[in-house]
Amino acid sequence: MSDAGAEHYPGPLHTPPVHEEPGVAGHPPHHPQLRHHFDDMDQQAEASTLGMWVFLVTEIMFFGGLFLAYLVYRSAYSTGFQEASNHLNVYWGAANTIVLIVSSLTMALAVRAAQTSAPPKTQVGWIVATMVLGAAFLGVKVVEYTDKFTHHLVPGANFQWTGEHPEAAEIFYSLYFCMTGLHALHMIIGLGIMTVIAIMAWRRQFDASYYTPVEVSGLYWHFVDIVWIFLFPLLYLIGFHYH
Amino acid sequence: METPTLTYLNDGHGLASWLLTKDHKRIAILYLVSITAFFAVGGFFALMVRLELLTPAGDLLSSETYNKMFTMHGVVMVFLFLVPSIPATLGNFFIPIMVGAKDLAFPRINLLSWYIYVLAGIFTLYSALSGGVDTGWTFYTPYSTAASNTHVMSAALGVFIAGFSSILTGLNFIVTIHRMRAHGMTWFRLPLFVWAHYATSLIMILGTPVIAITVLLVAAERALHLGIFDPALGGDPVLFQHLFWFYSHPAVYIMILPAMGVVSEIVQAFARKNIFGYSFIAFSSLAIAVIGFLVWGHHLFVSGQSVYAGLIFSFISFLVAIPSAIKVFNWTATIYKGAVSLDAPMLYAIGFIGLFTIGGMTGLFLAAIGLDIHVHDTYFVVAHFHYIMVGGAIMGYLGGLHYWWPKMTGRLYNEPWARVGAIVVFVGFNLTFFPQFIAGYLGMPRRYHAYPPEYQVFNVFSSAGASILAVGYIVPLIYLTYSLFKGRRSPADPWGARGLEWEIPSPPPTANFTVSPVVTHGTHQYAPSKEVGIV
Amino acid sequence: MFTNLPFFPQQASVQAGQVDAIYFFMVAVTAFFSLLIATLVVVFAVKYRRRHDDDIGVAIHGSLPLELLWTFVPLVIAMVMFVWGALVFFDLYRSPANAMEIYVVGKQWMWKVQHMEGQREINQLHVPIGRPVKLIMGSEDVLHSYYIPAFRVKADVVPGRYNTMWFTAKKPGEYHLFCAEYCGTKHSGMIGSVIAMEPPDFQAWLSGGRAEDSPVAAGAKLFQDLVCHTCHMGDTQGRGPVLTGVFGKPVQLQGGGTVIADEAYIRESIVNPQAKVVAGYQPIMPTFQGLVTEEQLLQLIAYVRSLSQPGAPVPAGTPKQ
Repeated sequence: MSDAGAEHYPGPLHTPPVHEEPGVAGHPPHHPQLRHHFDDMDQQAEASTLGMWVFLVTEIMFFGGLFLAYLVYRSAYSTGFQEASNHLNVYWGAANTIVLIVSSLTMALAVRAAQTSAPPKTQVGWIVATMVLGAAFLGVKVVEYTDKFTHHLVPGANFQWTGEHPEAAEIFYSLYFCMTGLHALHMIIGLGIMTVIAIMAWRRQFDASYYTPVEVSGLYWHFVDIVWIFLFPLLYLIGFHYH
Repeated sequence: METPTLTYLNDGHGLASWLLTKDHKRIAILYLVSITAFFAVGGFFALMVRLELLTPAGDLLSSETYNKMFTMHGVVMVFLFLVPSIPATLGNFFIPIMVGAKDLAFPRINLLSWYIYVLAGIFTLYSALSGGVDTGWTFYTPYSTAASNTHVMSAALGVFIAGFSSILTGLNFIVTIHRMRAHGMTWFRLPLFVWAHYATSLIMILGTPVIAITVLLVAAERALHLGIFDPALGGDPVLFQHLFWFYSHPAVYIMILPAMGVVSEIVQAFARKNIFGYSFIAFSSLAIAVIGFLVWGHHLFVSGQSVYAGLIFSFISFLVAIPSAIKVFNWTATIYKGAVSLDAPMLYAIGFIGLFTIGGMTGLFLAAIGLDIHVHDTYFVVAHFHYIMVGGAIMGYLGGLHYWWPKMTGRLYNEPWARVGAIVVFVGFNLTFFPQFIAGYLGMPRRYHAYPPEYQVFNVFSSAGASILAVGYIVPLIYLTYSLFKGRRSPADPWGARGLEWEIPSPPPTANFTVSPVVTHGTHQYAPSKEVGIV
Repeated sequence: MFTNLPFFPQQASVQAGQVDAIYFFMVAVTAFFSLLIATLVVVFAVKYRRRHDDDIGVAIHGSLPLELLWTFVPLVIAMVMFVWGALVFFDLYRSPANAMEIYVVGKQWMWKVQHMEGQREINQLHVPIGRPVKLIMGSEDVLHSYYIPAFRVKADVVPGRYNTMWFTAKKPGEYHLFCAEYCGTKHSGMIGSVIAMEPPDFQAWLSGGRAEDSPVAAGAKLFQDLVCHTCHMGDTQGRGPVLTGVFGKPVQLQGGGTVIADEAYIRESIVNPQAKVVAGYQPIMPTFQGLVTEEQLLQLIAYVRSLSQPGAPVPAGTPKQ
């Protein structure tokens, strides 16, 4: 292999606006957000984005265990799963899907705003829009979960099923709550992250020379969105026929 | 008399400067201390088990207590000792230095991983002190979810939390190795220790999340009676086994690959010769990581999985042995025509090579599906994995600790005592675990509190060996600690080895390098003698 | 402690020899390579020891021919072991058609055995030598494993399904029976003996049991008591399928697909009747989960199977004598 291994070394990929500390004796000027163990901002940005991608791979494996359990039981209890899925409200699920897709759009626009050094108001606006949509998603989930609770569809001691395949239904709802619950937990964490990013954007910390936190938060948000894109058809649309 | 220089050890004093450090070297020392503490805890449980097994009758401990002892021995040793041991101590300390960087990519995440580890340890200790857990470290359902009345949830949560520590460590290593290499440090100039940790990190990030969700499901099922693994509610107990072993088999490669990386470094340094077959060893590490994900079903040969699945897993399990065999031959060839010095690190490395060969080959017995039927869940399996984990991984850990002790602490330990310690460990280890192969083929099942009298002689030898092994572990504890106070100061390169770590002071300064190194060739080039780079 | 010290288990089954053969082969290969590596390492470490403080080794980077050699030789040996192990496994796995079947139920912390002729045992298993025996095993609670070291056979006992294993005993004697899957407090107490006997002795032992204890008779009685016969009648007028001649044959299912009516299907149909409904019938059978024990399930299965045996087609609902 040639010396091309030193990928982090070539010059900057774009010309950032100058954001450097006035030179201090013995301390070369650099961007205020450069952590000292990195050589330059590019290396730092690339490390951060690679780190987030690696983390998202772990998240895929984390959800993957649940998807595997779903796969096993859906093939064992296909009729029962279909029957149980019919008690989920497809319209709420579809609405949530649209909400999340739009929130990914607003998130991408927030990243773009930071990337193009848009005014803080614009950056914060798109971030808050994303958060509002995320909160709407969680609100709908609260409505759905409450409905399940009142209809005795929460697995455990109070589970009641009047249909034909009670064991399959209970396993379906166990998976439903585990998968959507884990997803909702990730949404809540996402809202926390967005809050921090919004505050940082308000404080004018992001511009074309430094917007990595917005970018990696965007990656996380898109991932949470994509998980839902899989959850929705697998949980809500089994044997669904539009009437 | 030199004026004292600023090293990472004296750069900042007080508890806060350690507990809030971002320096990868200090974090490595934090891990070293806590891992040693948990090794002692796990060792205590082992001693209880071996004491009970001196006699066939269950006369020392009650059944419940004995079952808790072997369970907690396994949980502590696997999750709180073996998985983090080399990566979190030696890996954390040396990977940045070996790639020529000032620190890992994410220093604060590194510190966070240590706090998460400590939290996991607290959960596990809590479950031990509040009455213990008795499911076996494997938490098989439905016993763990429906039948056991011990502290399964806190133990399961302890494992869950420990998993995050492991994931963050792996993530940090991967990004560091990809993005923080110094100028001229190409992939094929990296030390094999780094390759080993890269492969290990791949397993950490891909496998650990699966056991995380699995133990979470066990806890949820126990708390909420969900029925995912409970056959009475339509669930499948064997599904748990698939999910559990999907991580736990690759986990054993997490435990051994770093030790193999250590052995590669030690053999080169103490034969003063670059490794034979560098790229073969590097690619073997990756091959072990990849193939290791495809063999988990060999733990389910007698569970009733399909014949075809069994055959596929058996076949791939035989394949995964080949890269390890390649490494053993390459290490042996490295010693050929070397300039060998049998200091303690080399004794540990040589011990590793022999014991790992035996341990690895006894794994083949278990991969042969027709033979596994007889030896599954017997002491044959117990002996096999202890040969790898204790004869292999722990000897690798001790070897690395000794090799890099002068660099980390700036002190030289007492070499004659270290050699004594290595020999005592080797003798004690073999006496403990070799009889277990025989007892296992004779049919003695594992996790047995009491056993028929004809197995006693093997158990007596095994317990005698365990007491010798315990002494073997206490001896280094004493002289290594002593060296911290009274050991002679170490020069930058006490062993005459070659590598970026030997070109900086012992102990290193906080920023590792005064100027970022420019690398011109790989490590362990002894002829003609030259440094790795300009520091 | 040192009297009568066994170092090796007895070969008490016909299969044991095969298992031991591959074992000895692998011991030989392991010993060979371990000694080879150990010797090489020690010899090299001594022969090439450092004589001066600044000695260095010869710079050898590698050798492709050697790498290929020690990749392919281990690979070939590994493949031999794989194939050999697989062949032994096929033999251990496929039970002969004429095997004598015995039911085993494991529960914390004992083994309950039911012979088809009526004998029941706790923690023991009497078998004749020279005749293949197939165990059909279920669990009442958690995972267990039925292990007979002298026969070299073992199979997990999994709640919610049946696992089977078979052997042919060849040497009369009493052999250890162990539970080999950790199952809680008295896991190490869940042990017993397998007693292999000459066929005449075994017959004599068998006839010590009473005929009405046979699982088939018990199953017939249960069939009445649980009023199965009101739906599963002797003719096609019933609300449920006819069970005569059904066992072991393919069954058409509702919604397409077929399944063989074996022990597992019969068991599932009793505890989870909606899972695989027979084509042409309504899914109205109630579940008996929790109303019958694992042993009773085995008795019902034995009864249903008896309805398919040649020479004994009796309308369902009539107890067999």
